[in-house]
Amino acid sequence: MSSHGIRDRVAIVGMGCTPFGELWDKGLDDLIVDASTETFASAGVTKDDVDAYWLGTAQSGMSGITLARPLQLEGKPVSRVENYCTTGSEALRAAAYAVASGAYDMAMAVGAEKVKDSGYQGLNANNPPNDGTGRTLTAAAMFSMVAPAYAQKYGVDADQMSDVLATISAKNHYNGARNPRAQFRREVSKETIFASPRVAGGLGVFDCAGVADGAAAAIVVRAEDALRYTDKPLYIKALAFSTGSGSGLIDPGYDYTHFPECEWAATDAYAQAGITDPRRQLAFAEVHDCFTPTELVLMEDLGFAERGTAWKEVLAGTFALDGELPVNPDGGLKSFGHPVGASGLRMFFECWLQLRGEATPERQITTDRTLALTHNLGGYPGEMVSFVSVVGTELG
Amino acid sequence: MRGIISSAAYVPYRRLARTSISAFLGAGGGKGSRSVASHDEDTTTMGVEAARIALRSAPAAAPGAVWFATATPAYLDKTNATAVHAALRLPSDVAALDFGGAIRSGMGALMTAMTGAGTVLVVISDQRDGLPGGADESFGGDGAAAMIIGDDGPGAPVVAEFLGAASATDEFLDRWRAPGERRSRSWEERFGETRYVPLGREAWSRALKNAGVESGDVSKVVVTGMHGRATKAFASKLGLAPEVLADDLAGTIGQTGAAHPGLVLSSVLEQSESGDVVAVVHLADGADVVVLRVTEARAAWTPARPVEAQIASGADLSYGRFLSWRQMLTPEPPRRPEPARVSASAAGRSEDWKFAFVGSRDRSSGAVHLPPARVSMEGGAVDDMEPLSMADTQGTVVTFTVDRMVYSQSPPVVFAVVDFDGGGRFPVELTDVDADGLAIGDRVEMTFRRLFSADGIHDYFWKARPVRDPAAATGPEVAPG
Repeated sequence: MSSHGIRDRVAIVGMGCTPFGELWDKGLDDLIVDASTETFASAGVTKDDVDAYWLGTAQSGMSGITLARPLQLEGKPVSRVENYCTTGSEALRAAAYAVASGAYDMAMAVGAEKVKDSGYQGLNANNPPNDGTGRTLTAAAMFSMVAPAYAQKYGVDADQMSDVLATISAKNHYNGARNPRAQFRREVSKETIFASPRVAGGLGVFDCAGVADGAAAAIVVRAEDALRYTDKPLYIKALAFSTGSGSGLIDPGYDYTHFPECEWAATDAYAQAGITDPRRQLAFAEVHDCFTPTELVLMEDLGFAERGTAWKEVLAGTFALDGELPVNPDGGLKSFGHPVGASGLRMFFECWLQLRGEATPERQITTDRTLALTHNLGGYPGEMVSFVSVVGTELG
Repeated sequence: MRGIISSAAYVPYRRLARTSISAFLGAGGGKGSRSVASHDEDTTTMGVEAARIALRSAPAAAPGAVWFATATPAYLDKTNATAVHAALRLPSDVAALDFGGAIRSGMGALMTAMTGAGTVLVVISDQRDGLPGGADESFGGDGAAAMIIGDDGPGAPVVAEFLGAASATDEFLDRWRAPGERRSRSWEERFGETRYVPLGREAWSRALKNAGVESGDVSKVVVTGMHGRATKAFASKLGLAPEVLADDLAGTIGQTGAAHPGLVLSSVLEQSESGDVVAVVHLADGADVVVLRVTEARAAWTPARPVEAQIASGADLSYGRFLSWRQMLTPEPPRRPEPARVSASAAGRSEDWKFAFVGSRDRSSGAVHLPPARVSMEGGAVDDMEPLSMADTQGTVVTFTVDRMVYSQSPPVVFAVVDFDGGGRFPVELTDVDADGLAIGDRVEMTFRRLFSADGIHDYFWKARPVRDPAAATGPEVAPG
């Protein structure tokens, strides 16, 4: 029993990403066509060149027809995948494995979500018929329990904790302000963050990811074919996935200060990619900052900081755009909002831009490191799925 | 010997100060306070709470039937007693029947059980509404009572022997409510008074005769009914010493309608001594009288949660929130989807979990699973679990949050991760608590509630509430307040 990975066997050779936001004038089909068209052009191929398709969408549509109809794909194998907030990453994982297996020469992953047609605030899950005993709590409330637990365990006082969380929020908004595709493109001061209305527990509006529509896509081929399509492919070094049993919710041993599913996925990804010191080997990381305490805890789960020290590293600027290991240089979920099916691929898109030196100059990271990490999680503390990938510009 | 084996009442946590009504409306109100069912309570859930307390005080009693009586049923057509039956995890050969509609049905169920056969758990519950500023609103109350009535037996002795009863019936219009209406209407008070007083006297005389006691033998009399003027007039004409008349609790918790005779009788029995003769007079579309004698077994009977303690531990509710809980005023809800209706078949499969809060414990590892599971989270054993009832297990708040965005009938939602004494964790909504009134380490107990209703289907499940009554605490520490 082992996770072997597909290091250096598959490459991303084209990507596209729509602007994210409250796109009242764009439907799901528009988002799919926009992201896909940009991606075909990026790889210099047509829809007929792609042998198989995966659509990641959490709730915007069912079946592969949701993708095949707007793109008018005739007779291709098209599947729809869903795995909570990791949905977009799952689409890429499926496409990459399909190519690595030898089943197809070229595959495409499209992630898309039309969230803003519901008329409600926040994200909403469509639950199957049930016995009425399940939680109805918002994700914000579930994640809000992380901050006081962390603060208590590591002796961080309430004011320091507020400052740490506001630093994360301000950092991601600073980065998003430098990204033309972001939903929110303004820097936000800590004063504004402190003064924002409370949503759940100690979390205010600026501790929560926005709600946006959007789509992103990627085309993958065998690594040895990559240079036919681009002179700067991204090689997939690791695709790791971990699903918890949900027992954290009912296990008295779980303390809400870490996400085991994310640790497991990171450990697997580093083994697949041959990474031993992520903080010093990665150029940057795109992580799932659905709420500010989530990003804080992830810095430890992903091995960027020792247990109990991430809050100090945050305050020290370690994860800022000009820090030792920039985190969410594109602005993260905080600036992009979270169209569930698209978010994972949006993170890959930032790797695509940054590692190829194509990010907007004011947020382009200058480094000789050639690896980047993306991370998604879905679910809640105690009941989670998690995805970690590593991509790089060099083979070997 | 036949009579009451155990009795209990349930008084909801919230109180409305009657002065808050006049402060808001400029009229109405009065002195004292009334009890208010929480937004997540109805007559069924309050009945379950009363029955749980009554059974806790007489663990050996095994009811052969559950009778549920109320004037404000949660369902029509569908039996409400079956939810009580499920919440108490009674065997399927225990009949569950409703006595419905009229305020008189509560006292009627008690009398019928006393004159009948077998062991019957009688649950009577009511929730009294009225239009803002009206007397029904301020002098009504919400609450429930439960009595286990049967023959004297080993382990479950009769604590109050049934001596006799009598009724006097007449058809006249005093108080009425059309099906579907929330408010009651009543005829001019003086008319009812002229009917109730003679009917009461008639029933009183015959009941004493049937019981074989004289008026002077009676140590405590409960006189109750929704017609305040008539009950006062009748009581004053009995010619009894003032200390013989029991406090009808209307000043502190209001008149709880169909539940009230049982609720006040519970309170009287809790304060009684062996040998006391207790009579209950209920004036509702006639008069019903029951006479009981407290037995020697009273000394060994310990009420699990006395009415007096429940009244003392109540907390005020603002009139604005009262109006919104009673759907007399509709606050803007959070802009979130309302819950979907419960699936009947899914609820049927999880009856013990949903209605009785029964989890499972893995026999090999001891790990507690809430909800029950087939595969253990520790060791992975398959189908090696035993059911584990957690409804009466208290727990401690490990961490908590306040959700200001989620849909609720009364936002915000207070939610906690609770570790139960003896093992088991469950993240659960709290109730009967203020958003700023909770701390990590607080002790909580489980309570049966109605989470929401959709498509006319009520979603019953359990929430946690702070342990407030020190006598009720079972764990190592008790939260203050």
